[in-house]
Amino acid sequence: MLRLLSFALFVATWWIASLVIGDAKLPAPPAVLSVLIAEARSGALFVNLGATLARVALAFTLAMAIGSAIGYLMGRVSLANRLGDPWLILLLNLPALVVIVLAYIWAGLTEVAAIAAIAINKLPTAVVTLREGARALDPALDEMATAFALPRGRAFRHVILPQLAPYIAAAARSGLSLVWKIVLVAEYLGRPNGVGFEIGVAFQLFDIPLLLAYSLSFAGVVLVIETLMVQPFETRLTRWRLRAA
Amino acid sequence: MQLEVNITGKSFESAAGKRHDVLDNVTFTLNAGEVGVLFGPSGCGKSTLLKILAGLDGNYRGHVTRSPGMRLGMVFQEPRLLPWRTVEENVRLAAPDVDDGTLAALFEVLELSAHCNHFPGELSLGLARRVALARAFAIEPDFLILDEPLASLDNALAGRLRDQVATLVASRKMMTLLVTHDLDDAVRLGDRLFFLSPRPARILHVETIVTPRATRSEPEIDEIKRQLSQLDLANM
Ligand SMILES: Nc1ncnc2c1ncn2[C@@H]1O[C@H](COP(=O)(O)OP(=O)(O)O)[C@@H](O)[C@H]1O
Ligand SMILES: [Mg+2]
Repeated sequence: MLRLLSFALFVATWWIASLVIGDAKLPAPPAVLSVLIAEARSGALFVNLGATLARVALAFTLAMAIGSAIGYLMGRVSLANRLGDPWLILLLNLPALVVIVLAYIWAGLTEVAAIAAIAINKLPTAVVTLREGARALDPALDEMATAFALPRGRAFRHVILPQLAPYIAAAARSGLSLVWKIVLVAEYLGRPNGVGFEIGVAFQLFDIPLLLAYSLSFAGVVLVIETLMVQPFETRLTRWRLRAA
Repeated sequence: MQLEVNITGKSFESAAGKRHDVLDNVTFTLNAGEVGVLFGPSGCGKSTLLKILAGLDGNYRGHVTRSPGMRLGMVFQEPRLLPWRTVEENVRLAAPDVDDGTLAALFEVLELSAHCNHFPGELSLGLARRVALARAFAIEPDFLILDEPLASLDNALAGRLRDQVATLVASRKMMTLLVTHDLDDAVRLGDRLFFLSPRPARILHVETIVTPRATRSEPEIDEIKRQLSQLDLANM
């Protein structure tokens, strides 16, 4: 209910603003909606959204998997931490644009380059978060697992992983919003499809209704995924906390 | 099953690099079915000793020999339960092979049956202690280590729990090592009592109680306690 209200408020503000500024710079909602419908009819909207989502999914999964593994290792083994720390600081401070441009120069304007560049941008935050998580592991529970001779796999799954879960969730949440932002830049600079590419085309043609149609549908998809997938996942992870006293 | 302890020293290094001696000479052996009791002042190194015997800390001088293939059950000074698993799931993680009947009987004795599906965060300390006991007994250990399982419980509960532990220990023929501050617990539960010095711990006196645990009478227990309280431990 509140969500609907806030959506209505958004559309109303937009409409009034468009009346004030003028159609040329800020088209009114119906104009954008008709472009959106046309793009959906031709199928282009779904192809582009799909391409962007596929890149997000791949880069996100890759960065989470590799970043978590590296972060866990760095949190547990001090040698790994000392070896990895300078690289981590470098990656954390490297602007996304530099990574993307270099990836395209070195690996060509390819899908692999785009996905790798997005993943590399997200990687260091996952590493830092999981390293914190690994450092916060309770040694008392490790001792318990050793005393009861739990096999490594069981101990990792049932003793270690649940302790890391909140950190993994935090890394996923911040990582996903980072990926949403970067994926469009990567597409804009070197991909022949996707929301970022379409926004680039609209920018060159100065086609503002098209630009808004893609921006808003992308924002809509992000909102849906965040509320339908990320938030329930976080609740599930911490279910036992809710039942605890 | 046998445990041979021959420790000649154990120290921790402080952050400033200063050596902090925790154990001095500690030498004894323990046999199958025997209940050893470690009795000593707080901070003297009892938990440290237990961790060495459990194989959790290999950084000491001397050697400890455990019979090969010995299955260990341990109750730490704190319950050390996994907060994200229910009581039953906590026990089953450590003892995946326990059959339903055995587990139900164990929960019955420890008065845990009503709490199987509770999470540790919902339990009082006394209950959590009992879950830790259930976990250690469920794996049917050859060697059971109990680190102050009865401490900081109110008297009625500690008494009941002591009886439960005694029942469980008596019902299986396992080697047990128990830490306690309480002379009464020591005399009721133990076969051999090791009196430890303040830190760094060494064994001051060993008292062997010949009468089997089950047949000790109240007057006998009182008499042993009286004799032991007259030991001049400070000058040994
Ligand atoms: N991991 C550790 N690092 C440094 N000092 C420790 C550590 N564990 C225990 N100690 C010290 O060793 C001494 C004995 O501790 P502990 O074995 O827990 O005593 P007890 O169980 O007899 O009360 C204490 O002074 C304690 O501060
Ligand atoms: Mg202790």
